[in-house]
Amino acid sequence: MFHPLILITFFPLVGVLLLLVIHSEQKSVIRWTAWGTSFITFGLGIWVLLNFNLSDPSIQMAINQPWVQSGRMTVTFQMGVDGLSLIMVLLTVFLTPLALLSSWKAIQERLKQFMILFLLLEVGMIGVFLAQDLVLFYIFWEFTLVPAYLLVGMWGGERRIYAAVKFFIFTMAGSVVMLLAILYLGLNQGTFSISWLAANHQLFSGAQTWLFLAFALAFAVKAPIFPLHTWLPDTYTEAPAAVTVILAGILSKLGAYGFLRLNLPLFPQASAQFAPWIGALAVIGILYGAIVAYYQVDMKRLIAYSSISHLGFIILGIFAMNPQGVTGAALQMVNHGLSTGALFLIAGFLEERRGSRIVSDFGGVWKVMPWLGGIALVVVLSSVGLPGLNGFVGELTILLGAFGSSINGFMVLAVGAALGVILAAVYLLRLFENVFLGKLFIPANNSMPDLQSREAVLLAPILLFIFWIGLYPYPFLSLLNPTMNQLSSVVLAAAGMK
Amino acid sequence: MDLIDLLSISPVGFLVLWALLVLLIDLWLPRRFKGVTPLFASLGLAIDLGLNISLSALQVSGFSGMMRLDGFAVFLNLIFLGSGLVGVALAYDYLKRMNAVRGEYYALILFSVCGMMLMAQADDLILVFLALELLSIPLYVLAGFLRGNLLSQEAALKYFLLGAFASGFLLYGIAMVYGATSYTNLTSIAQLVNGAHYPGLLLLGAGFILVGFGFKVAASPFNLWVPDVYQGAPTPVTGFMSVAVKAAGFAGLMRVFILAFPSLSSDLTPLLWGLAALTMLVGNLVALLQTNMKRMLAYSSIAHAGYLLMGFVSFGNGAVVGSAVSAMLFYLLGYGLTSFAAWAVVIALEQVDGKGVSLSDYKGLGKRQPLLALTMAAAMLSFTGIPITVGFWGKLFLFRSALEGGFIGLVLVGLAAAVVSAYYYLRVIAMMYMHTGEPEVRRDGWLNLTALVSALAVVGLGFIPYIILQAVSTAVIQLP
Repeated sequence: MFHPLILITFFPLVGVLLLLVIHSEQKSVIRWTAWGTSFITFGLGIWVLLNFNLSDPSIQMAINQPWVQSGRMTVTFQMGVDGLSLIMVLLTVFLTPLALLSSWKAIQERLKQFMILFLLLEVGMIGVFLAQDLVLFYIFWEFTLVPAYLLVGMWGGERRIYAAVKFFIFTMAGSVVMLLAILYLGLNQGTFSISWLAANHQLFSGAQTWLFLAFALAFAVKAPIFPLHTWLPDTYTEAPAAVTVILAGILSKLGAYGFLRLNLPLFPQASAQFAPWIGALAVIGILYGAIVAYYQVDMKRLIAYSSISHLGFIILGIFAMNPQGVTGAALQMVNHGLSTGALFLIAGFLEERRGSRIVSDFGGVWKVMPWLGGIALVVVLSSVGLPGLNGFVGELTILLGAFGSSINGFMVLAVGAALGVILAAVYLLRLFENVFLGKLFIPANNSMPDLQSREAVLLAPILLFIFWIGLYPYPFLSLLNPTMNQLSSVVLAAAGMK
Repeated sequence: MDLIDLLSISPVGFLVLWALLVLLIDLWLPRRFKGVTPLFASLGLAIDLGLNISLSALQVSGFSGMMRLDGFAVFLNLIFLGSGLVGVALAYDYLKRMNAVRGEYYALILFSVCGMMLMAQADDLILVFLALELLSIPLYVLAGFLRGNLLSQEAALKYFLLGAFASGFLLYGIAMVYGATSYTNLTSIAQLVNGAHYPGLLLLGAGFILVGFGFKVAASPFNLWVPDVYQGAPTPVTGFMSVAVKAAGFAGLMRVFILAFPSLSSDLTPLLWGLAALTMLVGNLVALLQTNMKRMLAYSSIAHAGYLLMGFVSFGNGAVVGSAVSAMLFYLLGYGLTSFAAWAVVIALEQVDGKGVSLSDYKGLGKRQPLLALTMAAAMLSFTGIPITVGFWGKLFLFRSALEGGFIGLVLVGLAAAVVSAYYYLRVIAMMYMHTGEPEVRRDGWLNLTALVSALAVVGLGFIPYIILQAVSTAVIQLP
């Protein structure tokens, strides 16, 4: 009952129960309760980290309880944590309180429901990262859709309902095929345990092509991989700022996480076989996202397309399949969560001040907001991949992995991806220039206040990590390395590439 | 008639007597005590529930093999009795609102439940036919219970005409089976045709019986009556029908086909495959176009018949039929609970003259009636099959058993249909939570209770589905 992983997964529910009994007019009590809950969950994340053995690459703190037994099929409540799970959980519990803080003023209507749904979303996301049973994984995976759908649809922009439904249907269409594959595996192997299936993957290697594709479809929609990305710009743009931070920061990582946790270990040969194709789609996504981002006039939409571009790097790293590739991808998942989260936060701040997200409504606002401008510059450069900031470490490791990969064609793909880095510099710096630099030609922008204390509190922790990972990535890599090295070596050996 | 015979018929017999009592009591009650009738009817249903539970460990066959009381029958009896209770509870305020307070309503519900229980217990084709008539005739009356309402009259007439057709098909089928085998007893038929060779007349007979049941469970292409009847009938009757009649139809289908026709499976499988696929697709696709809640739920109930048929396709495969039956029973229960929740909310919003049942009447319900909206949202998510609801597990088990039978193509159709269904179920949630409006709501204690209990069960059983699994694992049809 008081197992650390159960506690961290379900602790937000305590906040939900508290919120249910608070009167909906007591807005600040509601805000603080929700925020406090998410902050304690963050504390629980640190507690799990302290109990975690960094040098052990395998699943730790495992829970394994039989749950639903029907015929030959047994669903277990199986959870566990390794380096990859842990860093993703930490990202989740880190970003959630920040996202809640960012909604402090923006969300006034139906505040209680907002907070409840937000905490439920947190439960779902942590659950996905910790589940070690396929059905349990699927349950958390699908469950996240419900609060996300409602959060976008109830508090989003003008086209919120369209965006929310599109998001839901796209993700569900991808994941039902995964459900079929999960059932097939469970029926034929008699267990849904991910670690058991990974260790015995040769037992179902005959069917692994379609199984791989079934799982890949679900994750490719979520990640998203070109051409399944069309839901993303709509959803990210219409969602309220706090939700966009979570969508872009964490939910999009669920897809990449799924590839690393399931596709590679369960179907190594099929992964190697499809790697060139998925790698190619990833690079197309990188370039496509970058080019389309360049032409956007809406800040949020621009960052959304830049997200597609950046997520392409992560997918490329995963399917390079060597240690650098997968480690870089895992680290870049964190980096992207931080940088894009911060970009969306800043876009949200600007929108709150100006009531507009159109780039041309700004210009030269550095003069009135030097502090916000400075921070925005750091975040933009981190997203561009400037050495000394976090994005550089991740992208460089991924590119090294792609160049060194023994998968066919990754050398060429790495060149294409490198081009993407240059394009990122072009569109992101242009965005910064058009918003912050130049002449302050719109009078309405004169009165915009500079960075507020709440906003500073919000951005400071993210900035801390942007510099920390950029200057001294060792602690993060030492958390990831054992797990990712083992993952890569097992997968490469099974695919006959070592 | 010995003790075993009495025991085997006791659940049905008790309720028949009680229904007669309800009629009598209602006749003698003075006008201001008319509220006692529904209470008295509920009491009978509740006592019968207890009776069934106490008999659940039994395995008896009475009346020289015509009636059977086993775990399968008891499980379904509980669903019928539960639906009966809901049908009574939801009608209490509804009939007042519609100016149709008449005690016959409750007696008719009870008689219909008797027919359903008889269906689940029937071990002989003659009894199957009798059960079908006993469950249908009260429903023809109930569908037209709002006498002054044209839609209700239309529903009654349509239901009666097509129901008569269905009975005709069933009876023809029974006659053909009798002609081919000289038996009407299910196990005797199976023993006679145990092998690859059987007369074509038997297959034709089985086909006709399938069509007859197809009407009752609302499988496509026999579904044309469903939307009009569901829309026109008084909504508590619709809720009762959508669960109990479907469950009764599937009870008969399972009993007859698994016991009598397992050797016909190689010929019937393609037919059932097509029926299941068509039903899932038609139900879900046409539901997309509906703007009336009652019609939308009608098409959704067709779609759910399709999912259930998907589980039924492997009825002749001895190795997986057990898991298929338990999956279908689980699904029927989950579908029932979900439907009760949904129909309770529909009734709360419905007003005289057919107002308040359009989809746009649900705008803003989330703000005005948080609990009712939450109930509806849980029902919609459960219908879609989203974790963590009972509907998710139901779909999981059904897909599992279809996969076990080797029908991977059918599973794909089912999954695609489920994605389509998400669109119209989500639309209800969007109406309630993402639009603003001032819906008019009327609710009473009984409706609140039904909505609350069903919604809690829909979500709660999502966490502890194994409670039901234990029950359905003992409810599998015992093959002789």
